[in-house]
Amino acid sequence: MTNYVIKRIAYALLTIFLISVITFALMNMIPGGPFLSEKAVSPATTEAMKVKYGLDKPLYVQYGNYMNNLLHGDFGISLKQKGRTANDIITSTFPISAKLGGISIFIALFLGLTMGSVAALNRGKWADSLLMVISTLGIAVPSFVVATFLMMTFGVNLHWLPTMGLKTPLHYILPVATLSFYPMAYITRLMRSSMLDALNQDYIRTAKAKGVSKFSMLFKHALRNAIIPIITYVGPLLAYTVSGSFVVEKIFNIPGLGREFINCISGRDYPMVMSTTIFLAVLLVLMNVLVDICYKLVDPRIKLK
Amino acid sequence: MSSNCLLDIENLQVSFFTPAGEVKAVSGVSYTLDHGEVLGIVGESGSGKSVSAYTLMGIIADPGKVVGGTVEFNGHHIEKMKEKEFRKMRGSEVSIIFQDPMTSLNPVYTIGSQLTEMLRLHTDKSRAECKARAIELLGLVGMNEPEKRMKQYPHEFSGGMRQRVMIAMALACEPKLLIADEPTTALDVTIQAQILELMVELKKKINMSIILITHDLGVVSDVCDRIAVMYAGKIVEIGSTDDIFYNPKHCYTVGLLNSVPKIHEQGHERLIPIEGTTIDLLNPPAGCPFASRCSQCMKICLKQMPEFTEISPGHKSACWLLQKEQFEKAGEGNAQ
Amino acid sequence: MEDIKFKKNPFSLQLNAEDFLPASSEDKAQLEVMRESTTYWKDAMQRLRKNKVAMAAMIVILFVLIFAFVIPNFYPYQYDQQVRGSEDLTPMQYSQSEIQKMEAGEKVFPHIFGTDKFGRDLGIRVMVGARISLLVGLIASALVLLIGSIYGAVAGYFGGKVDIIMMRIVDIIYSIPDILIIILLQVSLKEPLNALFASNPAFAGLQKVGVGLISIFITFSMLYWVGMARIVRGQVMSLKEQEFVTAAKALGASNGRIIQKHLIPNCIGTLIVTTTLQIPSAIFTEAFLSFLGLGVAAPMASLGSLASSAIDGITSYAYRLTIPAIVISLIILSFNLFGDGLRDAFDPKLKK
Repeated sequence: MTNYVIKRIAYALLTIFLISVITFALMNMIPGGPFLSEKAVSPATTEAMKVKYGLDKPLYVQYGNYMNNLLHGDFGISLKQKGRTANDIITSTFPISAKLGGISIFIALFLGLTMGSVAALNRGKWADSLLMVISTLGIAVPSFVVATFLMMTFGVNLHWLPTMGLKTPLHYILPVATLSFYPMAYITRLMRSSMLDALNQDYIRTAKAKGVSKFSMLFKHALRNAIIPIITYVGPLLAYTVSGSFVVEKIFNIPGLGREFINCISGRDYPMVMSTTIFLAVLLVLMNVLVDICYKLVDPRIKLK
Repeated sequence: MSSNCLLDIENLQVSFFTPAGEVKAVSGVSYTLDHGEVLGIVGESGSGKSVSAYTLMGIIADPGKVVGGTVEFNGHHIEKMKEKEFRKMRGSEVSIIFQDPMTSLNPVYTIGSQLTEMLRLHTDKSRAECKARAIELLGLVGMNEPEKRMKQYPHEFSGGMRQRVMIAMALACEPKLLIADEPTTALDVTIQAQILELMVELKKKINMSIILITHDLGVVSDVCDRIAVMYAGKIVEIGSTDDIFYNPKHCYTVGLLNSVPKIHEQGHERLIPIEGTTIDLLNPPAGCPFASRCSQCMKICLKQMPEFTEISPGHKSACWLLQKEQFEKAGEGNAQ
Repeated sequence: MEDIKFKKNPFSLQLNAEDFLPASSEDKAQLEVMRESTTYWKDAMQRLRKNKVAMAAMIVILFVLIFAFVIPNFYPYQYDQQVRGSEDLTPMQYSQSEIQKMEAGEKVFPHIFGTDKFGRDLGIRVMVGARISLLVGLIASALVLLIGSIYGAVAGYFGGKVDIIMMRIVDIIYSIPDILIIILLQVSLKEPLNALFASNPAFAGLQKVGVGLISIFITFSMLYWVGMARIVRGQVMSLKEQEFVTAAKALGASNGRIIQKHLIPNCIGTLIVTTTLQIPSAIFTEAFLSFLGLGVAAPMASLGSLASSAIDGITSYAYRLTIPAIVISLIILSFNLFGDGLRDAFDPKLKK
């Protein structure tokens, strides 16, 4: 177990290193470096800035410095938001995104598992067909379409729900609905097929032959097996929620990290883009490690080496 | 039904409703089983030998359905039972061992929890008592360190050990009938003998009946009191083990016996395989299902299904050759 | 054992001696109902044809392909053509000047979906947008198929150390958060690519496609092939254990020949299914990026960028979002359903 965790973390670190190199290299490919801006700056000032930020040194030294700062928790500064460090921006926006994403994942998992099981148990009946239609639509409609549709219907036309910001719990309903729609649909489909698969296994026949009740057969014998493939999806699900939240935060005007990230890109705030990318990447990679370890814990068949 | 009779299956019909049409897996099977008796059901795969027994457990897989016939177990008609009664009966009075011990145990639960589940379902024993009994059962089926085994998962066991666990589970509530569905097919030859021995030994201890389903004639000859030979969803011959082995009457039974090597025989006798393949159960022929593969096939065989002919008490076979004998005898009688 | 029904009088059946004559082999042959043997392909295609949902999806795909690639060639408007005076028209509405033209007896093609704020016909823009989305889907999937299957086949076929190293690389790429890297690439490749296109006339064609799309292709070919590689590797690993490969080896076939003649044809079903299901995923990603303003550059349109630009006037011109949204959902939906149908058709587990 310990060995597995160590190995897994070592891979995660390697991945993070790779991402940081890619990010760093890509940022340096942009002509003119980070100080390219609309305003004409005298060459002397640029030189001075370069020296100040250590950009006159060879690339590997720059990378070393950057990583050194990162390791000390310093994500650099924003070029566009004067006087704000990347740390400030991340710490003020990330909790908002995390809360929104967390609630959405929870709801997506809860609804997806329930709907998938119900569909599997009613295979071929109307409930199954209905749920499959919903979930097939769910994976076909991009989140920006869902978001605008919900906003137009419940916000603009019906005036039932607020559409901008996250001030009250009511404000959460539409963004969370948008953000959880795709993963919910995906989990429903995954759960349905994995539940059907589990129900077809020999051990379910054994359980029936033992005289186990239908309830226990489903929830004790089938569910625990069926849920294993779902856990593998939770890793990518986290990543999806992040990317989905870019759109959702933009449309619903939520001051989260996703909106910040998009603003940085369109504002060409390269240091911020880099910091945010690395921050999110590290987060996702570590979450994936956690999910992987959980997966191994749930399935006793997988030996931990 | 005699007082000693445990199971009486009458004209059982089971069909699978596939997209291609109705597949008549079992078409009109009847047999009885006495207390303490071991009945072997022999046939090739697809002959319906498992399906007929699965009816008794209510575990016919989708899209299979019982379309006709009655099953009387221990004085109760199971087709009339309520779901709850039927469930109570399964596991406690009838239990089953499956062919593949690799997949028949739930991979995510420990052996102990799967064993005690059976006891907790059908007995009033407390948690601790169940655990003690489960350990005792594991010892009974020949597991060393049963206490340690309780905490292990199925994947940590070999095939033979898993089948022992399945047997322990099946026998936990001392059932009146054990259905063993090819219990040794997936196992190594050396383990096969051990498992069979174990089953016979435990049978004696608790005086249960066994239905042993197999395609292996070697297995049935050792263990069974009576044998039913099935072909394409029908019983073609039924009789005592000696009847079947030393006086087989149906051409399929003869063919089956010829395709088994005999150790005790002198010299090199060549094995004779049965030519051809089994019929399409989607469109069963009007006549004898074995006709197209039978070396002694007659015109009537292709037209009409033969009735059973009783050769000696308890030994019956459904073959036109036997009817032919009777016909000829009757013909002679008429001539006289 | 009275249970077995025994008719006491079998002669009630009217038998005669004729019946007990041996049957000829011709008599027997009539009974031998052989089911028509079918090849894997025939079988799969037959199952696919029976699947109504998949067939409907296929018809929708064909329809969309015509809509995106054929109709624009005959359409009276161009995607970047700004019709003066026809700004912000609603569907089927005509502008003042167009009405005058019509009164003068000229024929004016209606703006079926209206126009945008620059006076560009939305109908043609949706078609061209659908074309871009489909192209992205098809090209990206083709790249994924090419890279993924070769990589996977090599890793699976050679096994051992080669496989371990190759799959470790896959593992690492797999855990890179793709969306972040795509966005990053979009941002950073934009200017170097622009410079490259400007410096060399050979790339003029690419410039029209836009840096956004090029970076999408680069990203897909860098990151998305790993899923395909894993699947192909798994297939090849199990296939190479099979007897026909051993037989080919024993006959002295070269590695290349074995891969080409034995492994690829046997993986083809999986390859088709995975590639088909990759298409909607690529279209999805493109739409998402274009929506964030990172995809195609104006005046070129993609369904995502059309939806994105519609957001500003959403309250008064909701149809500008609805139309591309419906088209994109329809494309993704039909590819998904068709892919599912293919999977069901090729999956031997479902074979009865």
